[in-house]
Amino acid sequence: MSKSFNVLSAVDKPTIFIYLTLVIFGLMNIYGASYSEEQTSLFDLSYRSGKQILWIGISFVAAFCILFSSKSLYSAVAYWLYGFIILVLILTLFVATDIKGSRSWISLGGFSIQPAEFSKFITALALAKFMDDTQFKLLTPKNFAIVATLIILPMFIIVMQKETGSALVYLSFMFMLYREGLPGIFPSIFVGAVILFVVVIRYSGDLFLGVDGASLGLIIGLSIVLIVALILCRSLSKDYKFLPLILLGSVVALIGLAFVLHFFVFPLNFVYVFSGINALLALFVAVIAFIKWRKKYLYITVFVLLTSMFCFSVGYLFNNVLQHHQQMRIMVLLGMADDPSGISYNTNQAKIAIGSGGFRGKGFLEGTQTKLKYVPEQDTDFIFCTVGEEWGFMGSVFVLGFYLAFLLRLVYLAEKAESRFVRIYGYSVIGIFAFHLFINVGMVLGLAPVIGIPLPFFSYGGSSFLSFTILLMIFLKLDTVRKERVSSFL
Amino acid sequence: MFNTDKYKHRAFIIKIVLCIIVAIFIIRLFQLQIIEDYSGQASRNAFYNKVIYSPRGLIYDRNGKLLVYNQPTYDLLVTMSEIPGPKSSQPPIDTLELCNLLNITKEQFDARIASVKDRKKNPGYSPLTPQRFITQMSPEDYAIVQEKLRNFPGFSIQSRTLRNYNYAYASHVLGSIGEVSRSVLETDSTYRMGDYIGVSGLEKQYEKQLRGTNGAEILLRDAFGRIKGSYQDGAFDVTPVPGEDLITTLDIELQKIAEDLLQGKIGSVVAIEPKTGEILALASSPTWDPTHLVGRERSKYYPLLQSDKTKPLLNRAIQGKYSPGSTFKTIQALVCLEMGGITENTMFPCNGPGSSPIKCTHHHGSPVSIENAIEQSCNPFFWQAFRATLEKNGYGKNNETFKARYTEWRERVFSFGLGYKFSDSDVIGMIDGSIYSENSYSKIYGKRGWKALTIRSNAIGQGEVEVTPIQLANVAAAIANSGYYITPHLNKNDTMLNHRHQVAVQEKYFPIVQRGMWRVCEYGTGRHYKVPDIPMCGKTGTTDNSHGRPHSIFFGYAPADNPQIAIAVIIENAGFGSTWACPIATLCIEQYLKGKIERQDLYNRIKTSVLNPNVKKF
Repeated sequence: MSKSFNVLSAVDKPTIFIYLTLVIFGLMNIYGASYSEEQTSLFDLSYRSGKQILWIGISFVAAFCILFSSKSLYSAVAYWLYGFIILVLILTLFVATDIKGSRSWISLGGFSIQPAEFSKFITALALAKFMDDTQFKLLTPKNFAIVATLIILPMFIIVMQKETGSALVYLSFMFMLYREGLPGIFPSIFVGAVILFVVVIRYSGDLFLGVDGASLGLIIGLSIVLIVALILCRSLSKDYKFLPLILLGSVVALIGLAFVLHFFVFPLNFVYVFSGINALLALFVAVIAFIKWRKKYLYITVFVLLTSMFCFSVGYLFNNVLQHHQQMRIMVLLGMADDPSGISYNTNQAKIAIGSGGFRGKGFLEGTQTKLKYVPEQDTDFIFCTVGEEWGFMGSVFVLGFYLAFLLRLVYLAEKAESRFVRIYGYSVIGIFAFHLFINVGMVLGLAPVIGIPLPFFSYGGSSFLSFTILLMIFLKLDTVRKERVSSFL
Repeated sequence: MFNTDKYKHRAFIIKIVLCIIVAIFIIRLFQLQIIEDYSGQASRNAFYNKVIYSPRGLIYDRNGKLLVYNQPTYDLLVTMSEIPGPKSSQPPIDTLELCNLLNITKEQFDARIASVKDRKKNPGYSPLTPQRFITQMSPEDYAIVQEKLRNFPGFSIQSRTLRNYNYAYASHVLGSIGEVSRSVLETDSTYRMGDYIGVSGLEKQYEKQLRGTNGAEILLRDAFGRIKGSYQDGAFDVTPVPGEDLITTLDIELQKIAEDLLQGKIGSVVAIEPKTGEILALASSPTWDPTHLVGRERSKYYPLLQSDKTKPLLNRAIQGKYSPGSTFKTIQALVCLEMGGITENTMFPCNGPGSSPIKCTHHHGSPVSIENAIEQSCNPFFWQAFRATLEKNGYGKNNETFKARYTEWRERVFSFGLGYKFSDSDVIGMIDGSIYSENSYSKIYGKRGWKALTIRSNAIGQGEVEVTPIQLANVAAAIANSGYYITPHLNKNDTMLNHRHQVAVQEKYFPIVQRGMWRVCEYGTGRHYKVPDIPMCGKTGTTDNSHGRPHSIFFGYAPADNPQIAIAVIIENAGFGSTWACPIATLCIEQYLKGKIERQDLYNRIKTSVLNPNVKKF
């Protein structure tokens, strides 16, 4: 290895360029969002942009420390750090003061930090270390259980701290796991569950044919299950050529019969009709599976039973597990409730602020919606409003374009990684950034529920800025290893 | 190296997913910013949430008399960004005229503006939102200011309510409201800066019930922050939910008599309805007029109350700790009977002032029975009963037998509600009473270094026995009930009847002590201040203390055959229990049972007697 190797020349320049651009533009927007005519200097520490500059300074120092640190450090300390942060998270539960219901901040001599912010990159390191073996197989029960535990443990503690938003970020490790061989069925199950959840909840208030208790949402959910099951049943044609068609015909006939009964004999609750049809189908396929001794068919039965039960439990989950404000956020997002002074106040104001920006925006410091504090949390979670209002469509697309370029560049670097450790860490970083970006901007644009998580490098907040910088810089440091090797060959 | 990476194609899928989501966002932005025209809506339609304060619940006494109600008050708000500055097209405001209107000097005006803008004093400051400039203007000032307000852009008025009182009594019990503290703001998001919250007494204990829920009026403002009217004709406004009223157990007429009788003295009166545990009166002197801790007066009076050396803010009825003295002999008799140390027929000799180790302060025959001993407050009797009880089974190895007896004795005494404060009461701020435990004595005297003789003062309620007045009144209620008490409480609510506590002394022993207490009021130390036609039971106490003259104590209940009121009175450094505490107690009983006081001469004499010249009513 060459001693004259210079880490600064090896670090990936395009990423650094995008990072700095986002930081500077973010800072301008925090200044814009918290701007008032009395603030004379950007550096005034009693204002938020001033404080943010202080944090950016601290973060840059941390970035340099990481870039000049030893490359093998991170793999070596990964487990220790993980154990340490789990302890700190648990400790936080007990020592943190209650701030609006959440117990996640520890104050250390004047500074408050949120350990949950730092547990993200540490979990990423621990996962990378555990899976760092070319022979590693994700799908053995033991490995899968350990990976799941590594992710779920901090997530669980953070939920206990009442920081549901931060806990949800751990779902982003799905990106990395998918890349590392998680079967496509897992993300599909996830997406399917979300669709069923949304459908069942969205129409839960409507009654099918006006029958008491016949929740339209539940009926649509159950019929989606039935349709997917019938599609899966096509595979039965291997053993019985016409069976899928016969099944389809019987189901249609049964439904038709139910309608006839309903209109001419006595009113029927179609929830029972569809539950009955699903149960019959599951039973029938199970019988075929045992006759022909094919495990594959049994999966269809399991699928029908589990998803049908899921549909029934959604209502319970929604009403009994979620807290009222979380229910409201979902109902507002799905257009089931309007609450201009409460939850939809935020999103309505956000939409108005962004919409008022038009194509070119109102110009730096010219936004009126954000200035008058109509948009709550305008310099933290809703900072993208200021971008939309003051910089318009052009500015918003510019910012989103930079983020996309940032993410794609990170994918490019992760793919070039020479060790599995670096690649896994890289994809964890990509997942975390992508999740924050998509949920935050999605929320501001009214496409995702209101979950309070920051926009990386933009939102005001010291802990999150520092943790995003550390997250990124460790990856860039690990990435330099590749060039180091190249330079030592030269 | 991993040439075997069979999932490499998934990097491509991930890239596609990232691009698709960003594309969806851009399409959405296009829709919001280019297709839909929000620009007009933004300049016209921006919501402004105006808080409508919910009226706080009223407080009534047990007979439906209104004690606490609300009166309107007005705050002058200032929005700094709306005050025309030097560059503004509007003419600057005439500060001098505004000062005259508000009756303040230019310097005060500038100082006030400076403190509004000071983020250290006013952490929620924003130049764009209304800030409190002057709080609690009277309706008269409001009328004057309101008229001229349009000449002063940036200034506006918000109406709120303050507490007002029909009676200048019960200040300790009712408590007061004040601006919500920063620590509450950080933990409870339903409060906003400047909101009122109960800070003491019932106002604090029943904050949730009294407060109600604030409403909101959703107004539209233009881009300059000017209010343009109501949003959708108020379709989304939230009507405030008024606070619930509170009916207390207090009898305000009794409370008034008690507080008047305590004038010029330091002490307290607690009266309880034995059957229900309802507190009829809870008076502590010195006290203050509750209207003095409301609004702008509060800042003037609160420091006075805090610094006064008679400590008026201390609620002596629940926070004063005294030796019960001879009143304790009633409990002593009951516990000694229960533990078999004495029987109903036990007689002990008394040598009057020549008795040893404790002298008798009264002259009476010898030997004496329990009833006579209570009537005559005979110290030697209770010392001998106490010793007989503790030493009944001897001392045993290492005094263990004796110490176990002592612990049992202490627990039975505590079962009267002594020792720890009531944990299930709604009276806040109570302190514990105390009787030393076996361990405490062993620490002081060594494990085998103490005997009955060592702790003889406990026999007569002196020494290490200490109670609060509310505990003493509760003991009277327990004796009146012949063996149980309901936790004393202030909210007139039947659910408290479930909080029934059985005393660890059997019912059959109570008549003995009750007869003794009746004799006290008929023939003994309490005979001078009998209420005509009302037989009662009671016991006086005179307790030595390190602060000067003895405390004067009385506790009891009436009528003897059908108890309606149990009472405890303690007057600090006043002398004999029979001279001050006893007449105050019987006057209170007279007021409660007869609805009026017939012994007007006695009433006036006690009321106008000043025992401590430092006491003043604020």
